[in-house]
Amino acid sequence: MTENGTGNIKKLQGIGVSPGIIIGKARVIDRSRVKILYQYLIGERQIEREVDRFEEALEAAKAQINDLKNRMPDQIKEHSFILDTHLMIIDDSMFRGATIDTILEERINAEWALKKSLQQIESIFDQIDDQYIKERIVDVEYVAERVLRNLAGKEQESLSEINERVIIVAHELSPADTSSMNIGKIMGFITDAGGRTSHAAIIAQSLKIPAVVGLESITREVRDGTLLIVDGKRGEVLIDPDDDLIIQYQERQLAHERFESTIVRMSHLPAETTDGHRIAVMANIEFLEDVTAAKDHGAEGIGLYRTEYHYLRSHELPIEEELFEDYKEVVEIMAPAPVTLRSLDLGGDRFYSGVAPTKETNPALGLRAIRFCLQEPKIFRIQLRAILRASIYGNTQLMFPMISGLQELLDARGILEDVKGELDKEGLAYDKNIKVGIMIEVPSAVAVADILARHADFFSIGTNDLIQYALAIDRINEHVAFMYQPFHPAILRMIQQVVAAGKKAGIKVALCGEMAGDPLCATLLLGMGIDELSLNSWSIPVIKKIIRSISMKGAKANLRDILRLDTASKVRERIIGKVRALVPDLEEEVFYGRLDDASGSNKSLEFTEKSSGES
Amino acid sequence: MELVKKLTITNELGLHARAAAKIVALGAQYDSKLVLRKGNHEVDGSSILSILTLACPKGTELEARAIGEDAEVFMEALSDLFAHNFGETK
Repeated sequence: MTENGTGNIKKLQGIGVSPGIIIGKARVIDRSRVKILYQYLIGERQIEREVDRFEEALEAAKAQINDLKNRMPDQIKEHSFILDTHLMIIDDSMFRGATIDTILEERINAEWALKKSLQQIESIFDQIDDQYIKERIVDVEYVAERVLRNLAGKEQESLSEINERVIIVAHELSPADTSSMNIGKIMGFITDAGGRTSHAAIIAQSLKIPAVVGLESITREVRDGTLLIVDGKRGEVLIDPDDDLIIQYQERQLAHERFESTIVRMSHLPAETTDGHRIAVMANIEFLEDVTAAKDHGAEGIGLYRTEYHYLRSHELPIEEELFEDYKEVVEIMAPAPVTLRSLDLGGDRFYSGVAPTKETNPALGLRAIRFCLQEPKIFRIQLRAILRASIYGNTQLMFPMISGLQELLDARGILEDVKGELDKEGLAYDKNIKVGIMIEVPSAVAVADILARHADFFSIGTNDLIQYALAIDRINEHVAFMYQPFHPAILRMIQQVVAAGKKAGIKVALCGEMAGDPLCATLLLGMGIDELSLNSWSIPVIKKIIRSISMKGAKANLRDILRLDTASKVRERIIGKVRALVPDLEEEVFYGRLDDASGSNKSLEFTEKSSGES
Repeated sequence: MELVKKLTITNELGLHARAAAKIVALGAQYDSKLVLRKGNHEVDGSSILSILTLACPKGTELEARAIGEDAEVFMEALSDLFAHNFGETK
């Protein structure tokens, strides 16, 4: 959380999960729990009555949920199964049965007995490894809360009564909340909890309204009627903004809408400069589900498919079939466009209980990515088999992360050849000409890029790690994060050196870090001769538009000029001026939130924010 | 009557909430009792929460035990549900 210097305006940073800017009043959903009192019951009659009272509260809850189901707006009808799940929870033996048993055996009131059942279920779910299933505990909690409210005779809070346009502020949103909302009146959602796949995120995306989740303390900061500005793309929420800020954001809001409507329509056009030089613009994705957004925003392929998800979702290793089916589907949907799969980029301690968890003092420099895979060839081979088998369903490329020198590349390729031989023996098909490239993200790889280029089919520069390693900056460390500078002359020289080595060997050079999606970097990277940019889908239309607005000749001249500068801040200042002159009609999008940086009041804001663009 | 059968989870998402709900809904239509077992972990097949605690990803093999008069028809319908990926497209 950062506090603005102009008084009481607070800015909270969360995760933007559905883009757009809104300015409006808060409506806080009260989740204050019903107070639960302990009561010991005397006499069989009293116990019987307590069971009846509990069952009545359950039946009332069922009726309420059925009512919600019937009134559910059509746009979100497909999510109604969650309410069916809630109905089942009410009748579940761990919920209904266990609570009644407790009332009878321990002679206690229904509220206390239900609380005990809930704690019991929570402790069981807590031990589940699968993150998705573990999170279903929230459904049990919602149902329990509803029943407790019924027991207390409290009215269920209704969101259908909302009759002015508001921004919903909640700790977390339940399907029951969203299904009862008068959605025409909802401007957006902001929540304390949640991630990219939370219910609020999914619903906001289907309703095409902005949402920011993971704000941690927003419900404590805001009351009903508080004025808010929500930026669902950058994940920012401003509390009690002054008139100047409101005007500034209203302009951004308008510009954003204008921009979205015109530019997204043009995003399928190629990224071709005014003098006919073409550069490929691809998407970085994390899940199969991201493919739709990539296609909608004009991606010409997948330049980086991060394959970590299947390893992080449970403590058990994914089986070959699971990986194969997933890779195959992405490859098939994108075909004939290329899909570049990056092999596992994690340390074993992050996901695999079979490896002795060694506490590393500096995991960024530890046993991870290709180093881990070479040490655990069994795990590596399963992924390679899945990638190879998927390769026949479209245009598949394979990429090894964190290569630091030739030996690692040769070792990895050796295992790959071995796996190919194994598939040959088993009669399983794969693309015999599959292209094998490497990430250039370790400074030593830059120094020997010419050597590596002779043994790789392509390079992809991972600028996030490269900047971190080259400048010796841990970007998560708040004391040095401001020194994380993509415009550092050393970084620009390194990228240039890699491009030169690639060109000399005749291989493609791509770039897939956050720099690829930064409008300020586009002209520089184009001038350097990068063949392909791979970035977050949402940013593709802007980057394409910039490239379509400039000439290769201009970009090269610009680059020569920039390379003469000796500090990151000079480079930055000069680039802002250049880009502004080159694409004046993109003022708002390009400088979106960056103007403060130019004036030096809020250095490096955009490079330290939470971002999904890590590579 | 008691019937035991091994069933494999073949849908992409594994035995998540929606799939577990389908098992419970199916069981409600029969008189037989259903017990599901994964390794040493055995649960009541009429409890969605218990089924979820099995945490089964794709590829998991479960042992299903149906106990009751209509165990045979129930098991047939249950096998069908598993074979059709719980009605999911993948």
